[in-house]
Amino acid sequence: MTETTIGAATEHRNGLLRRFSDALFRRPFLLLTLLLAPPLLWLGIVYLGSLLALLAQSFFSIDEFSGLVKHELTLSTYAELLNLANVDVILRSLTMAIAVTLAAALIAFPIAYYAARYARGRWKAFFYLAVMLPLWSSYLVRVYAWKLILAKEGIITWFAGKTHTTWLLDAILATPVIGGPSLSISYIGTFLVFLYVWLPYMILPTQAALERVPVNLIEASADLGAHPRQTFTTVIFPLALPGLIAGSIFTFSLTLGDYIIPQIVGTSTYFLGQAVYTLQGTAGNIPLAAAFTVVPILIMGIYLAIAKRMGAFDAL
Amino acid sequence: MTTAVSFQNVSRHFGAVRAVDDVTLDIAPGEFFAMLGPSGSGKTTCLRLIAGFEQPSSGHIEIFGTTAEGLPPYRRNVNTVFQDYALFPHMSILDNVAYGLMVKGVARAAREAKALDALDLVELKGFEGRRPSQLSGGQRQRVALARALVNEPKVLLLDEPLGALDLKLREQMQVELKTLQRNLGITFVFVTHDQGEALSMADRVAIFNNGKIVQVGAPQEIYERPRTRFVADFVGSSNVLPPDFAGKTGAPARWMSLRPEKITIAVGGTPAKAHSVAAKVTSVHYQGAVTRVNTDAGGQAIAVAAPSSFGLIAIGDEVTLSWPADALHAMEDEA
Repeated sequence: MTETTIGAATEHRNGLLRRFSDALFRRPFLLLTLLLAPPLLWLGIVYLGSLLALLAQSFFSIDEFSGLVKHELTLSTYAELLNLANVDVILRSLTMAIAVTLAAALIAFPIAYYAARYARGRWKAFFYLAVMLPLWSSYLVRVYAWKLILAKEGIITWFAGKTHTTWLLDAILATPVIGGPSLSISYIGTFLVFLYVWLPYMILPTQAALERVPVNLIEASADLGAHPRQTFTTVIFPLALPGLIAGSIFTFSLTLGDYIIPQIVGTSTYFLGQAVYTLQGTAGNIPLAAAFTVVPILIMGIYLAIAKRMGAFDAL
Repeated sequence: MTTAVSFQNVSRHFGAVRAVDDVTLDIAPGEFFAMLGPSGSGKTTCLRLIAGFEQPSSGHIEIFGTTAEGLPPYRRNVNTVFQDYALFPHMSILDNVAYGLMVKGVARAAREAKALDALDLVELKGFEGRRPSQLSGGQRQRVALARALVNEPKVLLLDEPLGALDLKLREQMQVELKTLQRNLGITFVFVTHDQGEALSMADRVAIFNNGKIVQVGAPQEIYERPRTRFVADFVGSSNVLPPDFAGKTGAPARWMSLRPEKITIAVGGTPAKAHSVAAKVTSVHYQGAVTRVNTDAGGQAIAVAAPSSFGLIAIGDEVTLSWPADALHAMEDEA
């Protein structure tokens, strides 16, 4: 009886699959390689590879007469990037991205703080729903909805009329540069829509970071004599900073590269994404489009370096 | 004379749960006071009431004559060493220790000098530039201690501070804590569920159960004269003999506590008239210096701690247990 059992087990062991699984057990590295190979190939070749191919294009230039790409390495495309008009696009996008990120951080932090430290049970569920719900509807639908809200015939103008604050709206719209004939065709409008669309990406990581701040650290701080305000600035905020930075990377890079919102809501001036979109499409200037895409990558690199220098990731 | 910490009929309820139930307690200045009890017995809540993390539902708390209820933690001259140390992960060891002085507005040079002194006190000089994550559990424990002591608190609260350390380190820290407390003269309130720790370190021990203090006294008193069956069983796992059994062995018919190490065990033999029974060995546990022998005396389980030098005892052996009359301690009827 015992013999039969052992015999059966041995027979089983000789199965091809069993031998394969034994090999995986003995060589954990083989298992890891097999598991990681497909995603790494995808990331390495399809994603990073195409990105590198695009970046390589930025070192080519376009022939002024034929409009064809000259496949010789040159920095002339980058020189073109420094044209006044192009620098204008870069600065405009950068300013917008910074403004949206700062505003998002200011609005998101109190919401995230409440959700992480005070909301319990049903209220917590409500919070998640309220933050996530907009993400479930189409991005385009939300942007067009905002166009209607912000339009001259829209609900804001109507509301201002009803509450006799049309003068306030007019004063805001009369602000130089950021104003315009109506909210939907001004930088304010673009800013508001950006802020609305990317806000959840700031709230969620901030909330996650705040949730991870151990309660006993807050108690320890109070125990050592720190007033709640001191505890906030010396313990809670520094520990939540990586979350805030993570959120700001989202809002910053998403704003920097977006080409749909400024096309639907805002003035007809270009943002980075739109410039890339037009250059690689209708203008057929792939090298300049590629040079433009290098800009946000560089800016993000610099931003992360500064954040790291400031110790934003120390608490990770 | 003022008391360091005084509880007068203090209760703390969480909904229907009475975490602390009508506790009255006085802790003398400079005393090493231990709060001992099983988990959920209210000892930690008592500590948090002193620290100010909890407010009493009713009753009155005084810390060195000052009314404590309604006072937030940052207005109390009391510091806590937390169970898991609660060191700030984003600060260096020096900044951690100097934190209490920093928030009180002490200048950088002065507070860093004091912090270095405190680190010296706990023998961690040279570690000031590191992060808490680069330290071992024992070292973190010392940092937490230095961080609390640098504020020169009137009362130091310790919430199971040795719980996360291994046995060797724990014994070493017990000695160091006791020495430190004697040298500094600060009142220590120490929460633990380890009865050996409480007995060896404290001047006085309060035994907690179900939110109430069951007994307060010096370690010897608690150990030798447990007031109730709970104390007898929780501290040193005494044999608790019911009244009828005590009566049969010639003692007054009351609940009796009989310490395992006071019983003499003999193989075979016949029991004497009083303070002696025949029993059968049910299990034997060798523990080094002593061997714990569990026996059954006519349905009554009796544990004996015999010196291991006694010799071999096997399961099923018929033995005679005997003890001196004064080894029995009569307890109150309360469970």
